[in-house]
Amino acid sequence: MTATAEELLPATRNALSLLLLAMADDEFVIGFSDSEWTGIAPLLEEDVAMSSLAQDELGHAQALYRLLAELVDDGRDADAIAFDRPPEGYYHARLLDHPRGDWANTIARRFLYDTADAIRLEALASGSWTSLAELVEKIRREERYHLLHGGAWLERLAAAPGEPRRRLLEALERMGPDAATVLSPLPDEASLVLAGIVDATSPELEARWRERIRPVFERLDLPMPPAAADPGRSRTNHSDTFRWLHGEFTAVRRIDREATW
Amino acid sequence: MIGSVDEAAVRAALGEVPDPEIPVVSVLDLGMVEAVDVTDRSIRVELLPTFVGCPAVDLIRDAVASRLASFGRPVQVDVSFRVPWTSDRITRAGRDKLRQSGFAPPAAEAADVRCPYCASDRVALDNLFGPTQCRSLYYCRACRQPFEQFKAV
Repeated sequence: MTATAEELLPATRNALSLLLLAMADDEFVIGFSDSEWTGIAPLLEEDVAMSSLAQDELGHAQALYRLLAELVDDGRDADAIAFDRPPEGYYHARLLDHPRGDWANTIARRFLYDTADAIRLEALASGSWTSLAELVEKIRREERYHLLHGGAWLERLAAAPGEPRRRLLEALERMGPDAATVLSPLPDEASLVLAGIVDATSPELEARWRERIRPVFERLDLPMPPAAADPGRSRTNHSDTFRWLHGEFTAVRRIDREATW
Repeated sequence: MIGSVDEAAVRAALGEVPDPEIPVVSVLDLGMVEAVDVTDRSIRVELLPTFVGCPAVDLIRDAVASRLASFGRPVQVDVSFRVPWTSDRITRAGRDKLRQSGFAPPAAEAADVRCPYCASDRVALDNLFGPTQCRSLYYCRACRQPFEQFKAV
Protein backbone atom coordinates (compact mmCIF):
# COMPACT_ATOMS: atom_id res chain seq x y z
CA MET A 1 0.00 0.00 0.00
CA THR A 2 1.02 3.57 -0.52
CA ALA A 3 2.29 5.89 2.17
CA THR A 4 0.14 8.83 3.19
CA ALA A 5 1.51 12.35 2.79
CA GLU A 6 2.35 12.48 6.52
CA GLU A 7 4.30 9.24 6.35
CA LEU A 8 6.71 10.45 3.67
CA LEU A 9 10.15 11.54 4.80
CA PRO A 10 10.60 15.31 4.51
CA ALA A 11 13.15 14.98 1.68
CA THR A 12 10.85 12.62 -0.24
CA ARG A 13 7.90 14.89 0.28
CA ASN A 14 9.86 17.88 -0.93
CA ALA A 15 11.15 15.98 -3.97
CA LEU A 16 7.63 14.77 -4.79
CA SER A 17 6.23 18.29 -4.60
CA LEU A 18 8.95 19.55 -6.98
CA LEU A 19 8.27 16.68 -9.40
CA LEU A 20 4.53 17.46 -9.38
CA LEU A 21 5.26 21.17 -9.87
CA ALA A 22 7.65 20.46 -12.75
CA MET A 23 5.15 18.16 -14.50
CA ALA A 24 2.18 20.48 -13.92
CA ASP A 25 4.05 23.59 -15.06
CA ASP A 26 5.33 21.78 -18.17
CA GLU A 27 1.79 20.80 -19.18
CA PHE A 28 0.40 24.20 -18.22
CA VAL A 29 2.95 26.22 -20.22
CA ILE A 30 2.90 24.06 -23.34
CA GLY A 31 -0.90 24.02 -23.17
CA PHE A 32 -1.13 27.81 -23.08
CA SER A 33 1.60 28.22 -25.65
CA ASP A 34 -0.04 25.84 -28.14
CA SER A 35 -3.47 27.36 -27.57
CA GLU A 36 -2.11 30.42 -29.37
CA TRP A 37 -2.76 28.49 -32.59
CA THR A 38 -6.50 28.58 -32.02
CA GLY A 39 -7.91 30.45 -34.99
CA ILE A 40 -4.65 30.79 -36.92
CA ALA A 41 -3.29 27.26 -37.50
CA PRO A 42 -2.17 26.51 -41.07
CA LEU A 43 -5.10 24.12 -41.64
CA LEU A 44 -8.59 24.08 -40.15
CA GLU A 45 -7.95 20.50 -38.97
CA GLU A 46 -4.86 21.68 -37.10
CA ASP A 47 -6.77 24.55 -35.57
CA VAL A 48 -9.07 21.92 -34.04
CA ALA A 49 -6.19 19.58 -33.18
CA MET A 50 -4.00 22.18 -31.44
CA SER A 51 -6.97 23.53 -29.48
CA SER A 52 -7.87 20.01 -28.33
CA LEU A 53 -4.26 19.17 -27.47
CA ALA A 54 -4.01 22.37 -25.46
CA GLN A 55 -7.24 21.53 -23.62
CA ASP A 56 -5.85 18.07 -22.74
CA GLU A 57 -2.63 19.58 -21.41
CA LEU A 58 -4.40 22.20 -19.29
CA GLY A 59 -6.61 19.41 -17.90
CA HIS A 60 -3.54 17.36 -16.99
CA ALA A 61 -1.96 20.43 -15.39
CA GLN A 62 -5.10 21.08 -13.33
CA ALA A 63 -5.20 17.48 -12.04
CA LEU A 64 -1.49 17.62 -11.16
CA TYR A 65 -1.87 21.00 -9.40
CA ARG A 66 -4.71 19.46 -7.37
CA LEU A 67 -2.47 16.60 -6.23
CA LEU A 68 0.21 19.13 -5.38
CA ALA A 69 -2.27 21.26 -3.40
CA GLU A 70 -3.26 18.18 -1.34
CA LEU A 71 0.35 17.22 -0.73
CA VAL A 72 1.62 20.67 0.22
CA ASP A 73 -1.56 21.58 2.10
CA ASP A 74 -0.61 25.24 2.62
CA GLY A 75 -4.04 26.71 1.96
CA ARG A 76 -3.52 27.27 -1.78
CA ASP A 77 -5.86 25.51 -4.19
CA ALA A 78 -4.97 24.39 -7.72
CA ASP A 79 -5.90 27.77 -9.24
CA ALA A 80 -3.81 29.68 -6.71
CA ILE A 81 -0.78 27.53 -7.52
CA ALA A 82 -1.41 27.82 -11.26
CA PHE A 83 -1.96 31.58 -11.47
CA ASP A 84 -0.67 33.41 -8.41
CA ARG A 85 3.09 33.00 -8.81
CA PRO A 86 5.42 35.58 -10.38
CA PRO A 87 7.09 34.40 -13.62
CA GLU A 88 10.31 33.44 -11.82
CA GLY A 89 8.31 31.09 -9.55
CA TYR A 90 7.41 28.75 -12.42
CA TYR A 91 9.28 25.49 -12.74
CA HIS A 92 8.76 24.37 -16.35
CA ALA A 93 11.61 23.10 -18.52
CA ARG A 94 13.62 25.57 -20.62
CA LEU A 95 12.38 23.83 -23.79
CA LEU A 96 9.00 25.43 -23.07
CA ASP A 97 10.50 28.91 -22.72
CA HIS A 98 10.86 29.22 -26.49
CA PRO A 99 8.21 31.16 -28.38
CA ARG A 100 5.56 29.24 -30.28
CA GLY A 101 7.35 30.26 -33.48
CA ASP A 102 6.27 28.87 -36.83
CA TRP A 103 4.49 25.59 -37.47
CA ALA A 104 7.75 23.61 -37.78
CA ASN A 105 8.89 25.04 -34.45
CA THR A 106 5.63 24.01 -32.79
CA ILE A 107 5.78 20.49 -34.24
CA ALA A 108 9.45 20.02 -33.33
CA ARG A 109 8.80 21.13 -29.78
CA ARG A 110 5.68 18.99 -29.45
CA PHE A 111 7.59 15.93 -30.63
CA LEU A 112 10.57 16.57 -28.32
CA TYR A 113 8.35 17.33 -25.33
CA ASP A 114 5.79 14.57 -25.85
CA THR A 115 8.41 11.85 -26.27
CA ALA A 116 10.31 12.99 -23.14
CA ASP A 117 7.07 13.34 -21.17
CA ALA A 118 6.02 9.82 -22.25
CA ILE A 119 9.24 8.40 -20.75
CA ARG A 120 8.61 10.30 -17.52
CA LEU A 121 5.01 9.06 -17.34
CA GLU A 122 6.07 5.45 -17.95
CA ALA A 123 8.52 5.71 -15.06
CA LEU A 124 5.70 6.82 -12.74
CA ALA A 125 2.87 4.56 -13.92
CA SER A 126 3.49 1.72 -11.49
CA GLY A 127 4.89 3.91 -8.72
CA SER A 128 4.05 3.60 -5.05
CA TRP A 129 2.39 7.02 -4.72
CA THR A 130 -0.99 5.66 -5.75
CA SER A 131 -2.82 8.91 -6.44
CA LEU A 132 -0.09 9.97 -8.89
CA ALA A 133 0.27 6.52 -10.48
CA GLU A 134 -3.52 6.38 -11.07
CA LEU A 135 -3.61 9.81 -12.65
CA VAL A 136 -0.58 9.01 -14.81
CA GLU A 137 -2.23 5.82 -16.02
CA LYS A 138 -5.18 7.92 -17.22
CA ILE A 139 -3.03 10.70 -18.72
CA ARG A 140 -0.97 8.22 -20.75
CA ARG A 141 -4.08 7.04 -22.59
CA GLU A 142 -4.68 10.60 -23.77
CA GLU A 143 -1.05 11.36 -24.55
CA ARG A 144 -1.03 8.44 -26.99
CA TYR A 145 -2.98 10.68 -29.39
CA HIS A 146 -0.50 13.52 -28.91
CA LEU A 147 2.37 11.18 -29.81
CA LEU A 148 0.54 10.00 -32.94
CA HIS A 149 -0.14 13.57 -34.00
CA GLY A 150 3.39 14.88 -33.36
CA GLY A 151 5.05 11.84 -34.93
CA ALA A 152 2.98 12.07 -38.10
CA TRP A 153 3.74 15.79 -38.52
CA LEU A 154 7.45 15.41 -37.80
CA GLU A 155 7.63 12.79 -40.52
CA ARG A 156 5.63 14.91 -42.93
CA LEU A 157 7.84 17.99 -42.50
CA ALA A 158 11.10 16.00 -42.52
CA ALA A 159 10.17 14.17 -45.71
CA ALA A 160 9.08 17.29 -47.60
CA PRO A 161 12.12 18.76 -49.36
CA GLY A 162 12.64 22.50 -49.51
CA GLU A 163 11.01 24.90 -47.10
CA PRO A 164 9.24 22.43 -44.74
CA ARG A 165 12.41 20.41 -44.08
CA ARG A 166 14.57 23.53 -43.89
CA ARG A 167 12.27 25.09 -41.29
CA LEU A 168 12.19 21.85 -39.29
CA LEU A 169 15.99 21.71 -39.24
CA GLU A 170 16.13 25.34 -38.10
CA ALA A 171 13.63 24.57 -35.34
CA LEU A 172 15.67 21.58 -34.15
CA GLU A 173 18.80 23.70 -34.16
CA ARG A 174 17.06 26.31 -31.98
CA MET A 175 15.37 23.94 -29.56
CA GLY A 176 17.42 20.74 -29.70
CA PRO A 177 19.92 22.00 -27.09
CA ASP A 178 17.04 22.53 -24.64
CA ALA A 179 15.10 19.31 -25.41
CA ALA A 180 16.70 17.26 -22.64
CA THR A 181 15.80 19.87 -20.01
CA VAL A 182 12.44 18.09 -19.61
CA LEU A 183 14.38 15.22 -18.02
CA SER A 184 17.03 17.23 -16.14
CA PRO A 185 17.64 16.00 -12.56
CA LEU A 186 15.36 17.40 -9.87
CA PRO A 187 16.51 18.14 -6.29
CA ASP A 188 16.50 15.06 -4.01
CA GLU A 189 15.14 12.87 -6.80
CA ALA A 190 17.06 9.81 -5.48
CA SER A 191 14.60 9.78 -2.58
CA LEU A 192 11.74 9.27 -5.05
CA VAL A 193 13.47 6.22 -6.51
CA LEU A 194 14.12 4.90 -3.00
CA ALA A 195 10.45 5.33 -2.11
CA GLY A 196 9.39 3.54 -5.29
CA ILE A 197 7.48 6.57 -6.61
CA VAL A 198 9.52 6.71 -9.83
CA ASP A 199 11.46 3.76 -11.22
CA ALA A 200 14.71 5.54 -12.22
CA THR A 201 16.65 8.78 -11.82
CA SER A 202 16.74 11.44 -14.53
CA PRO A 203 19.98 10.37 -16.29
CA GLU A 204 18.46 6.91 -16.81
CA LEU A 205 15.20 8.46 -18.08
CA GLU A 206 17.15 10.65 -20.50
CA ALA A 207 19.02 7.57 -21.77
CA ARG A 208 15.68 5.80 -22.31
CA TRP A 209 14.33 8.83 -24.17
CA ARG A 210 17.35 9.00 -26.50
CA GLU A 211 17.04 5.30 -27.21
CA ARG A 212 13.35 5.80 -28.03
CA ILE A 213 13.75 8.72 -30.44
CA ARG A 214 17.07 7.72 -32.07
CA PRO A 215 15.52 5.35 -34.66
CA VAL A 216 13.07 8.08 -35.73
CA PHE A 217 15.79 10.73 -36.04
CA GLU A 218 18.06 8.33 -37.92
CA ARG A 219 15.33 7.26 -40.34
CA LEU A 220 14.41 10.90 -41.06
CA ASP A 221 18.07 11.95 -41.13
CA LEU A 222 17.59 14.59 -38.44
CA PRO A 223 20.26 15.67 -35.89
CA MET A 224 19.79 14.15 -32.44
CA PRO A 225 19.38 16.75 -29.67
CA PRO A 226 22.68 17.39 -27.85
CA ALA A 227 23.06 17.23 -24.07
CA ALA A 228 21.43 20.14 -22.25
CA ALA A 229 23.77 22.97 -21.31
CA ASP A 230 23.67 24.05 -17.66
CA PRO A 231 21.16 21.36 -16.56
CA GLY A 232 21.17 22.71 -12.99
CA ARG A 233 19.24 25.73 -14.26
CA SER A 234 16.91 23.85 -16.59
CA ARG A 235 13.78 24.97 -14.74
CA THR A 236 14.67 28.44 -13.49
CA ASN A 237 15.87 31.63 -15.12
CA HIS A 238 12.99 31.95 -17.60
CA SER A 239 12.92 33.90 -20.87
CA ASP A 240 11.22 37.16 -21.81
CA THR A 241 8.94 35.08 -24.03
CA PHE A 242 7.68 33.28 -20.95
CA ARG A 243 7.27 36.55 -19.06
CA TRP A 244 5.01 37.73 -21.88
CA LEU A 245 3.03 34.47 -21.90
CA HIS A 246 2.66 34.69 -18.11
CA GLY A 247 1.16 38.15 -18.51
CA GLU A 248 -1.35 36.70 -20.96
CA PHE A 249 -2.45 33.65 -18.97
CA THR A 250 -2.74 35.50 -15.66
CA ALA A 251 -4.67 38.44 -17.14
CA VAL A 252 -8.16 37.24 -16.21
CA ARG A 253 -7.08 36.11 -12.74
CA ARG A 254 -5.56 39.53 -12.05
CA ILE A 255 -8.75 41.31 -13.10
CA ASP A 256 -11.14 39.01 -11.23
CA ARG A 257 -9.91 36.33 -8.81
CA GLU A 258 -13.33 34.70 -8.62
CA ALA A 259 -13.85 34.44 -12.39
CA THR A 260 -15.20 31.08 -13.58
CA TRP A 261 -16.22 29.83 -16.99
CA MET B 1 -38.63 8.12 6.09
CA ILE B 2 -38.99 8.45 2.35
CA GLY B 3 -38.98 4.72 1.67
CA SER B 4 -36.40 2.07 1.03
CA VAL B 5 -33.43 2.93 -1.12
CA ASP B 6 -31.09 0.32 -2.48
CA GLU B 7 -28.26 0.27 -4.97
CA ALA B 8 -30.59 -0.78 -7.80
CA ALA B 9 -32.81 2.24 -7.19
CA VAL B 10 -29.79 4.55 -7.19
CA ARG B 11 -28.43 3.00 -10.37
CA ALA B 12 -31.83 3.37 -12.03
CA ALA B 13 -31.78 7.05 -11.08
CA LEU B 14 -28.26 7.43 -12.48
CA GLY B 15 -29.63 6.02 -15.73
CA GLU B 16 -31.69 9.21 -15.92
CA VAL B 17 -28.73 11.59 -15.58
CA PRO B 18 -27.81 12.61 -19.13
CA ASP B 19 -24.43 13.50 -20.52
CA PRO B 20 -24.63 17.31 -20.88
CA GLU B 21 -23.36 17.25 -24.46
CA ILE B 22 -25.05 14.13 -25.80
CA PRO B 23 -28.16 13.89 -23.63
CA VAL B 24 -29.33 10.67 -25.31
CA VAL B 25 -26.71 8.77 -23.27
CA SER B 26 -26.64 8.66 -19.47
CA VAL B 27 -23.67 8.58 -17.13
CA LEU B 28 -24.50 4.89 -16.66
CA ASP B 29 -24.46 4.25 -20.44
CA LEU B 30 -21.03 5.89 -20.62
CA GLY B 31 -19.66 3.65 -17.87
CA MET B 32 -18.72 6.63 -15.70
CA VAL B 33 -20.17 5.07 -12.53
CA GLU B 34 -17.49 3.05 -10.76
CA ALA B 35 -19.16 2.54 -7.39
CA VAL B 36 -22.48 3.07 -5.63
CA ASP B 37 -22.59 2.70 -1.84
CA VAL B 38 -25.96 3.00 -0.14
CA THR B 39 -26.29 2.96 3.63
CA ASP B 40 -29.20 3.91 5.91
CA ARG B 41 -27.63 7.31 6.33
CA SER B 42 -26.03 8.22 3.05
CA ILE B 43 -25.53 7.59 -0.64
CA ARG B 44 -22.05 7.72 -2.14
CA VAL B 45 -21.32 7.57 -5.86
CA GLU B 46 -17.86 7.38 -7.43
CA LEU B 47 -17.61 8.81 -10.94
CA LEU B 48 -14.73 8.36 -13.39
CA PRO B 49 -14.14 11.28 -15.80
CA THR B 50 -13.93 10.19 -19.44
CA PHE B 51 -11.00 12.60 -19.96
CA VAL B 52 -8.78 14.15 -17.28
CA GLY B 53 -9.60 17.70 -18.34
CA CYS B 54 -13.22 17.14 -19.35
CA PRO B 55 -14.90 20.49 -18.66
CA ALA B 56 -18.30 18.78 -18.24
CA VAL B 57 -17.26 16.89 -15.08
CA ASP B 58 -18.49 19.55 -12.65
CA LEU B 59 -21.83 19.78 -14.44
CA ILE B 60 -22.19 15.99 -14.33
CA ARG B 61 -21.28 15.79 -10.65
CA ASP B 62 -23.87 18.46 -9.81
CA ALA B 63 -26.52 16.75 -11.95
CA VAL B 64 -25.89 13.42 -10.20
CA ALA B 65 -26.09 15.05 -6.76
CA SER B 66 -29.28 16.85 -7.61
CA ARG B 67 -30.96 13.74 -9.10
CA LEU B 68 -30.09 11.64 -6.04
CA ALA B 69 -31.18 14.34 -3.58
CA SER B 70 -34.77 13.10 -3.99
CA PHE B 71 -33.87 9.95 -2.02
CA GLY B 72 -33.83 12.13 1.07
CA ARG B 73 -30.46 11.33 2.55
CA PRO B 74 -27.04 12.97 2.26
CA VAL B 75 -25.39 12.37 -1.10
CA GLN B 76 -21.65 12.36 -1.72
CA VAL B 77 -20.37 12.34 -5.31
CA ASP B 78 -16.64 11.68 -5.68
CA VAL B 79 -14.74 12.15 -8.93
CA SER B 80 -11.71 9.88 -9.04
CA PHE B 81 -9.01 8.34 -11.21
CA ARG B 82 -8.82 5.23 -9.00
CA VAL B 83 -9.33 3.16 -12.11
CA PRO B 84 -8.90 4.75 -15.53
CA TRP B 85 -12.11 5.31 -17.48
CA THR B 86 -11.68 3.45 -20.76
CA SER B 87 -13.89 3.62 -23.80
CA ASP B 88 -14.79 -0.07 -23.49
CA ARG B 89 -16.76 0.88 -20.38
CA ILE B 90 -19.48 2.33 -22.64
CA THR B 91 -22.34 -0.18 -22.42
CA ARG B 92 -23.89 -1.98 -25.39
CA ALA B 93 -27.02 0.15 -24.95
CA GLY B 94 -24.80 3.24 -24.80
CA ARG B 95 -23.06 2.28 -28.04
CA ASP B 96 -26.41 1.77 -29.77
CA LYS B 97 -27.68 5.14 -28.58
CA LEU B 98 -24.51 6.88 -29.79
CA ARG B 99 -24.83 5.28 -33.22
CA GLN B 100 -28.49 6.29 -33.47
CA SER B 101 -27.44 9.87 -32.72
CA GLY B 102 -24.81 9.93 -35.48
CA PHE B 103 -21.72 9.16 -33.39
CA ALA B 104 -19.52 6.16 -34.13
CA PRO B 105 -18.75 4.32 -30.90
CA PRO B 106 -15.11 3.66 -30.03
CA ALA B 107 -13.44 0.84 -31.96
CA ALA B 108 -10.51 -1.26 -30.79
CA GLU B 109 -8.87 -1.06 -34.22
CA ALA B 110 -9.04 1.81 -36.72
CA ALA B 111 -10.18 -0.73 -39.33
CA ASP B 112 -13.28 -1.44 -37.23
CA VAL B 113 -14.70 2.08 -37.48
CA ARG B 114 -18.07 2.10 -39.28
CA CYS B 115 -20.18 4.99 -40.50
CA PRO B 116 -22.98 5.46 -37.97
CA TYR B 117 -25.36 6.47 -40.79
CA CYS B 118 -24.87 3.76 -43.43
CA ALA B 119 -22.64 1.23 -41.60
CA SER B 120 -20.06 1.34 -44.41
CA ASP B 121 -16.42 0.60 -43.65
CA ARG B 122 -15.33 3.00 -46.41
CA VAL B 123 -14.47 5.68 -43.89
CA ALA B 124 -11.46 8.01 -43.70
CA LEU B 125 -9.94 9.57 -40.60
CA ASP B 126 -10.05 13.31 -41.11
CA ASN B 127 -8.63 14.42 -37.75
CA LEU B 128 -7.56 12.55 -34.62
CA PHE B 129 -8.93 15.51 -32.71
CA GLY B 130 -12.47 16.82 -32.76
CA PRO B 131 -14.83 19.37 -31.25
CA THR B 132 -14.37 17.87 -27.78
CA GLN B 133 -11.48 15.99 -26.17
CA CYS B 134 -13.26 12.63 -26.49
CA ARG B 135 -13.95 12.63 -30.24
CA SER B 136 -12.18 12.25 -33.59
CA LEU B 137 -13.46 13.37 -37.01
CA TYR B 138 -14.20 10.95 -39.86
CA TYR B 139 -15.68 11.13 -43.34
CA CYS B 140 -17.79 8.39 -44.91
CA ARG B 141 -16.90 7.89 -48.58
CA ALA B 142 -19.98 5.74 -49.14
CA CYS B 143 -22.71 8.15 -47.99
CA ARG B 144 -20.50 11.26 -48.08
CA GLN B 145 -21.31 12.21 -44.58
CA PRO B 146 -18.80 13.57 -42.06
CA PHE B 147 -19.23 12.08 -38.59
CA GLU B 148 -17.60 12.04 -35.17
CA GLN B 149 -16.18 8.98 -33.47
CA PHE B 150 -15.58 8.50 -29.76
CA LYS B 151 -11.83 8.06 -29.31
CA ALA B 152 -10.70 4.69 -28.06
CA VAL B 153 -8.77 5.36 -24.84
